[in-house]
Amino acid sequence: MIELKEAAYGYGGGPLFSDMTLRLAPGSFHFLTGPSGAGKTTFLKLCYADLRATGGNVTIFGQDSASMSRDEIAQARQRMGVVHQDCEFLDHLPLTENIALPLTVAGRGGPTQEANLSDLMGWVGLSARADALPPELSGGERQRAALARAVITDPDVILADEPTGNIDWEMSLRLLQLLLELNRMGKTVLIATHDLALIRAAKAQVSARVLRIKGGRLQLAGAEL
Amino acid sequence: MSALGAIRDVLRGDAQADRVVPRRGHSVRLTVFTSAAMAFLAVFALALSLASGRLADRWSEALARSSTIRISAPATQMEDQVWAVLEVLQQTPGVASARALSDEEQRALLEPWFGPDLPLEDLPVPRLVEVIETADGYDPDGLRLRLAAEAPGAVLDDHTRWRRPLVQAAERLRALGWLSMALILGSVAAMITLAAQSALAANVRVIRVLRLVGARDHYIARAFVRRFTLRALTGAAVGTGLGMAAIAFLPSTQDEGGFLTGLGFSGAHWLWPLLVPPLAAITAFWATRAAAFKTLRSLP
Repeated sequence: MIELKEAAYGYGGGPLFSDMTLRLAPGSFHFLTGPSGAGKTTFLKLCYADLRATGGNVTIFGQDSASMSRDEIAQARQRMGVVHQDCEFLDHLPLTENIALPLTVAGRGGPTQEANLSDLMGWVGLSARADALPPELSGGERQRAALARAVITDPDVILADEPTGNIDWEMSLRLLQLLLELNRMGKTVLIATHDLALIRAAKAQVSARVLRIKGGRLQLAGAEL
Repeated sequence: MSALGAIRDVLRGDAQADRVVPRRGHSVRLTVFTSAAMAFLAVFALALSLASGRLADRWSEALARSSTIRISAPATQMEDQVWAVLEVLQQTPGVASARALSDEEQRALLEPWFGPDLPLEDLPVPRLVEVIETADGYDPDGLRLRLAAEAPGAVLDDHTRWRRPLVQAAERLRALGWLSMALILGSVAAMITLAAQSALAANVRVIRVLRLVGARDHYIARAFVRRFTLRALTGAAVGTGLGMAAIAFLPSTQDEGGFLTGLGFSGAHWLWPLLVPPLAAITAFWATRAAAFKTLRSLP
């Protein structure tokens, strides 16, 4: 699905990380952890081709991301669900249309999808906020909406950057259950988080690999989990 | 995607895709207003061009077929020379008809300068002979030689000397009209490019979100292109309507008014301004498309 081989990235003032090698196999579940500023978000951006590696290479659905065209990146993203840390939405559209946006841009709207959208809105507890505009939502509601938007297209891969950063523990567990359920359906999941409690809760239910970025290198997390 | 496919998409529209770009922004009013103003001016430029064309054709046709012979001679020889000139003209190939202007006609010609009570018979005014040519025309040099031999006081004026600059002026005016049209379309393209770039720059966040969820650049560009094309079409339609109404309310064509009262459309020429809105829309389509793809390429 997504493979990094000795991937490196730097923002200009020296490398942020290097020699990152990871293969996200179909149906796998990965956590990515590490201190703030270690490069978790950057790592995820390499995975969905928002950034291009400055060293090594990143392969996304069999294509080298360095040589992917804009259209190819768009096609790849239609097979991914990305929960961005900033939870950005189109502020002029009501919540339902924002969550359905990946379907809209892929030209996949329809009655079946509308039923799925309604179910999904209920599942993330946002049915009552369907007509609200994004600026009217709380931080937690935005994160739930971002997750709903990421999974609405039934993607092959889900990449989530701090998906539970602004929500309470109960809702965090509900979202985790959704991600675990999707993983059981064969979806590949990579979650960047510093929430160790969330990782422990997940590991109790699924065989998840936990990776840590430390000192600019990727390593398997150890016994503290 | 081919250009034809892109045009088809713009015409067909997509209600959901149209909504992904916010409708707010001063570029909306700017585009509609400028398109309307430019279309209004374009209608006048078109009217000017078509009127100049008609004028050039009329002058060219009216003056090309006629010429004048001016006879200056002592009063005692005047009648003889007039008869001699008419006789020469009767024998000249290419002359359809010829006649000497009567005193009343000559008085009418001079009236604008000397008033109505001109004592023509007391003044040494030359006699004028009007010559109408056949379609093939005559040989002016040959005629001049014969006139010099038969009527030494006769001078042939075949109108070429002053007809050519008039026709040239009218033709240049017509060309200027078309040039104005081209400049107006160029201005529409430049203005819409700026407005589209402004709209794209104001919506960088929207573009980022759309790309994040898998939107192709064609999809994003199409939303902007369709919006600007429809705005330009709407504005141009309004401007064209107002321009045509303004032209319709100009004073009607009268000989006394000359060129100014002839500035307008006649007959099928009224259909020409209807091309302005589609032309503005096509211009807006290409300008926005180019601006959108250029901006999208420049965004990370």
